[in-house]
Amino acid sequence: MAKKETVVETTQAVKPTETPIMIDAKVPSGPLAEKWKNYKAHQKLVNPSNKRRLDIIVVGTGLAGASAAASLAELGFNVLNFCIQDSPRRAHSIAAQGGINAAKNYQNDGDSVYRLFYDTIKGGDYRARESNVYRLAEVSGSIIDQCVAQGVPFAREYGGLLDNRSFGGAQVSRTFYAKGQTGQQLLLGAYSALSRQVGKGAVKLYSRYEMLDVVIIDGRARGIIARNLVSGKIERFFAHAVVVGTGGYGNVFFLSTNAMGSNGSAAIQMYKKGAYFANPCYAQIHPTCIPVHGEFQSKLTLMSESLRNDGRIWVPKKKEDAEAIRKGTLKPTDLKEEDRDYYLERRYPAFGNLVPRDVASRAAKERCDAGYGVGATGLAVYLDFADSIKRLGLDVVKARYGNLFQMYEKIVDDNPYETPMMIYPAIHYTMGGIWVDYELQTSVKGLFCIGEANFSDHGANRLGASALMQGLADGYFVLPYTIQNYLADQIQVPRMSTDLPEFIEAEKEVNDKIQKLLSIQGQRSVDSIHRELGLVMWDFVGMGRNKEGLQLAIDKIKAIKKEFWTNVYIPGKADDLNVELEKALRVADFIEIGNLMARDALQREESCGGHFREEYQTPEGEALRNDDEYAYAACWKYMGEDADPVMLKERLDYEFIKRQQRNYKA
Amino acid sequence: MWLINSSIGRKLIMSISGIMLVLFLLFHGLMNMVVIFSADAYNAICAFLGANWYALIATKGLALGFMVHILYAMYLSFQNLKARGKERYAVTDKQDKVSWASQNMLVLGLIVFGFLALHLYHFWSKMQLVEIGHMLGKHVGDIDKAVDGAYWITYWFSQPVYAIIYLVWLSALWFHLTHGVWSSLHSLGLNNQTWLPRVKCISNIFATLVVLLFVSVVVYTYVYQNFVL
Amino acid sequence: MEKTINVTLKVWRQAGPKAQGKFETYKLNNVSTDSSFLEMMDILNEQLISERKEPVAFDHDCREGICGMCSLYINGHPHGPDGEITTCQLHMRKFKDGDTITIEPWRSAAFPVIKDLMVNRGAYDKIIQAGGFVSVNTGGVPDGNAIPISKIYADEAMDAASCIGCGACAAACKNGSAMLFVAAKVSQLALLPQGKVERATRAKAMVAKMDELGFGNCTNTGACEAECPKNISISHIARLNREFLSAKIKD
Ligand SMILES: Cc1cc2nc3c(=O)[nH]c(=O)nc-3n(C[C@H](O)[C@H](O)[C@H](O)COP(=O)(O)OP(=O)(O)OC[C@H]3O[C@@H](n4cnc5c(N)ncnc54)[C@H](O)[C@@H]3O)c2cc1C
Ligand code: HEM
Ligand code: SF4
Ligand code: FES
Repeated sequence: MAKKETVVETTQAVKPTETPIMIDAKVPSGPLAEKWKNYKAHQKLVNPSNKRRLDIIVVGTGLAGASAAASLAELGFNVLNFCIQDSPRRAHSIAAQGGINAAKNYQNDGDSVYRLFYDTIKGGDYRARESNVYRLAEVSGSIIDQCVAQGVPFAREYGGLLDNRSFGGAQVSRTFYAKGQTGQQLLLGAYSALSRQVGKGAVKLYSRYEMLDVVIIDGRARGIIARNLVSGKIERFFAHAVVVGTGGYGNVFFLSTNAMGSNGSAAIQMYKKGAYFANPCYAQIHPTCIPVHGEFQSKLTLMSESLRNDGRIWVPKKKEDAEAIRKGTLKPTDLKEEDRDYYLERRYPAFGNLVPRDVASRAAKERCDAGYGVGATGLAVYLDFADSIKRLGLDVVKARYGNLFQMYEKIVDDNPYETPMMIYPAIHYTMGGIWVDYELQTSVKGLFCIGEANFSDHGANRLGASALMQGLADGYFVLPYTIQNYLADQIQVPRMSTDLPEFIEAEKEVNDKIQKLLSIQGQRSVDSIHRELGLVMWDFVGMGRNKEGLQLAIDKIKAIKKEFWTNVYIPGKADDLNVELEKALRVADFIEIGNLMARDALQREESCGGHFREEYQTPEGEALRNDDEYAYAACWKYMGEDADPVMLKERLDYEFIKRQQRNYKA
Repeated sequence: MWLINSSIGRKLIMSISGIMLVLFLLFHGLMNMVVIFSADAYNAICAFLGANWYALIATKGLALGFMVHILYAMYLSFQNLKARGKERYAVTDKQDKVSWASQNMLVLGLIVFGFLALHLYHFWSKMQLVEIGHMLGKHVGDIDKAVDGAYWITYWFSQPVYAIIYLVWLSALWFHLTHGVWSSLHSLGLNNQTWLPRVKCISNIFATLVVLLFVSVVVYTYVYQNFVL
Repeated sequence: MEKTINVTLKVWRQAGPKAQGKFETYKLNNVSTDSSFLEMMDILNEQLISERKEPVAFDHDCREGICGMCSLYINGHPHGPDGEITTCQLHMRKFKDGDTITIEPWRSAAFPVIKDLMVNRGAYDKIIQAGGFVSVNTGGVPDGNAIPISKIYADEAMDAASCIGCGACAAACKNGSAMLFVAAKVSQLALLPQGKVERATRAKAMVAKMDELGFGNCTNTGACEAECPKNISISHIARLNREFLSAKIKD
């Protein structure tokens, strides 16, 4: 075992009112670049004959879950893999478009592990853990090699070598891509590896199964309770360790770019069983999404960030013009140049339309809130390609963005070559999640968390193309090592019966909850309450937050919780396929997450990354970080149904990087 | 045996038997053309293909090809029906890119087959069969006319009913072939992205030519017998 | 521009795999033509819930045409009457005021109905499990740039790889054949050097599994290609035939 060093120490950063409980992330000692090497050299391993005797539950088949399940099965462990969709291939990772970062330096443009590490830390507004991010950058190259070997058809140049594109927040070209479907291709790669193990019998696959609780025996995670979504039957599963990779909780906002089934329930189950929920308030808002069109809208569609390379963002300069446009009496193309406000170019002359996601999103909201928004709802800004078409020619624009324009036209029924596109920010990704240590283990022994579900590598803001990297790093190259360090001590533990009282108790709790929900028989549909929650979240815990708003949100969420638990109506039965029941169980947990997010946003009296507190901004309206007091990960501990959660801290000491203010003006 | 048990194996058999039949048709059609130019020459060919050992073997091969093609067609279609499931779609709509023939191959094949019986009665039973009978010492039919194919052509196709029946038959055959020819190449794997439209186009031309060979004899005979003479 | 239409829906309702299903007719008024087809289904379900009836079960997830979860056979077309899109990308502006829309589940023996409009497409997963992969373990692989791959092949492999496994091909096919789906995977991997090593065993194993699961025999009608939301070309089926036949002949 590597000598473990405590990164945290008692510190004056803790406000006197709070218990200064510090969490140890078990980061190995030594220089940054040596940590992972040393860890691997000294960690405990499980020998092949013992692996067969050990069961591992992996929940989730996204990039994180599928890659972990496949890799663990290849090593010889017995794996049980769960997902809610009908096939593992449909996990939401499939929707990622842009690409995946890796420090390959194939372009000879000066990339390196250190530079990727540095960019990721800076992009995260200095709120991520250095050692994890470094490890991420270190293994990034192997991910590309692995995917190529699986047959992932990455884009290639004419010479037959891999092509790269550039992405926001970096000065080098290090993003690998497969058309506009990178997430799909990477996931299908992981899915094929997983399928191979399923075919061999090394992984037992449970699709259309939803995890509803984790079972803890003697302080260790020993299994899960899951519902067979087809039959409605509640089932118990034992394993020596449980790995959760269930994705992000962006759907707490109801409208987001996430899939309809994306949820935060597994995270809440873990949280309630003792795992800390870290930085719940860090949510990323993506600036270029298709705006909301009506009250029955079910989700928001992301338009690739790359559009901002050639599109110019603007709103009318005069309020009366904006109003006329909203009413439909004025066409945007009729508005004279001097009557348009290219607000990003005006505010950020150096970066212009290419400022980072959080900055662009806030600026759009600011204009719309001030009454300059366009579209029927007034919640949209223009993304205009007229200049680019003039400058580059229609053909070039078509070649670059043709497929995106077509997608836009299918949804909006408007031709973006002729009238400017309308866009608006939308919730896209959650940096917060279950707290894990260096080994990706949560604060519960034997319970691991990977991918977007954990809080680890992106700090307060995620750079484009690095979530795919993180999910696969966790699943292929980190967890298969670190979990052995835990399992090495478990080889003597026999498979346990699922008739143990802990299992029975957990199952009973789940059943009681379901019965309770079904018996409410109120007046409101699940969706209507979810929508209400989403609006509160968007208005008060969204792009711009302030103390009063957050306090109000906490009250409103409390009221929504009460409304939900007394007035929801769920048709159908428990022991049948029941979509409304599935949704209700998830919404119950979203309400808990909403509450945590608001609390977390309230305590963090600074602005950083995706978290913008209106009270804490520079005179020019930029985010104002407070490193002296808030350089920590906020870890929320569940204290019971009626008690407020307690916040613990992991201090984020930066040994190797100096924190700086992000500046995109000059 | 993978030629029976695997779907692509079965398709291979369909394809090869189909191609055999097409090649036979091509030969048959070219041969027929001769009658337009010279009845004697045609009859010479008929005589050449009478009850001789090589012609008999070829006939048996042909019959076998038909049998195989038909049996496989039935088997495939039965399996496909089963694969569709018990419940049918209440509403179906056709796709622009999908040819009508491709959706109705079995029906077209059965029409072809049905008329084939008539055709065998009209020609084969009067010709090769009679010859075989004579060879075996059974004196049925008119042995003189058995070698006079041109006579039979004139006899049948001068009658409007039969001319029309044959034209209907040939159009069914045309439909069958417009899909069949390119499909058989596709089943053999002889196709790719660039060649797909070309193969389809060439196959259509080919199918049309083959059918035109037959049509021209029918039309020529009918017109010549009824209007020119 | 937004307008609203009234539509009549004929929806297949079936309580479970073994239950006898039938069509139910629902009227839906003032549906915005800007809403997507599945949003229209959401509205229907909200309406049913408000009437205290069981909502219609249907599959969907990403709602942007990539996960392959949505299905539905709409007015005689899998994924509806619009071309090159999935059901979730279909919008109500494709319909007219007063239209009757018939919505059925995928119908294919290998895709049994689970409930209402939901079917079990697990057969496609099983086919992939039989051989739709390159047998490499995590780690120990060569550098990504160690094997150059011609851009032409890489692009064609990418086209094949964009299959979303939705099942529309088998649902559209009068023969209930899964050839387009199988061909897309076999073709993708046969085009890339990494996949070539196992090409023969892969083609044989995947076709054998496809046959075993009760899919029909392909007769090249091309309905799959016409309905495929990702425009996968049937030229991949030719390649699959080639791969399979040459593998068998070599044996
Ligand atoms: C539209 C869009 C575009 C994106 N583009 C990019 C990009 O270009 N580059 C980039 O790096 N990142 C991108 N991201 C982010 C990235 O795709 C995700 O963060 C990442 O894929 C998450 O992977 P995951 O494995 O953690 O979770 P997911 O892929 O979300 O998988 C979650 C899995 O958990 C299962 N599951 C969930 N709950 C339960 C339960 N209770 N029981 C059982 N199973 C459960 C699900 O079935 C699923 O299999 C994008 C995200 C979106 C929404
Ligand atoms: C002169 C007679 C015929 C010719 C030249 C012919 C030719 C062909 C050809 C070339 C094919 C394509 C094979 C493939 O796709 O691999 C085919 C397919 C088929 N034929 Fe025939 N055929 C004839 C008669 C028949 C008969 C009598 C039947 C039915 C009883 C029939 C039924 C079918 C069927 C069902 C198919 C399958 C469709 C397909 O695979 O594309 N055919 N035929
Ligand atoms: S080939 Fe096309 S229709 Fe068939 S599963 Fe793939 S995407 Fe769907
Ligand atoms: S819901 Fe994902 S493709 Fe339609």
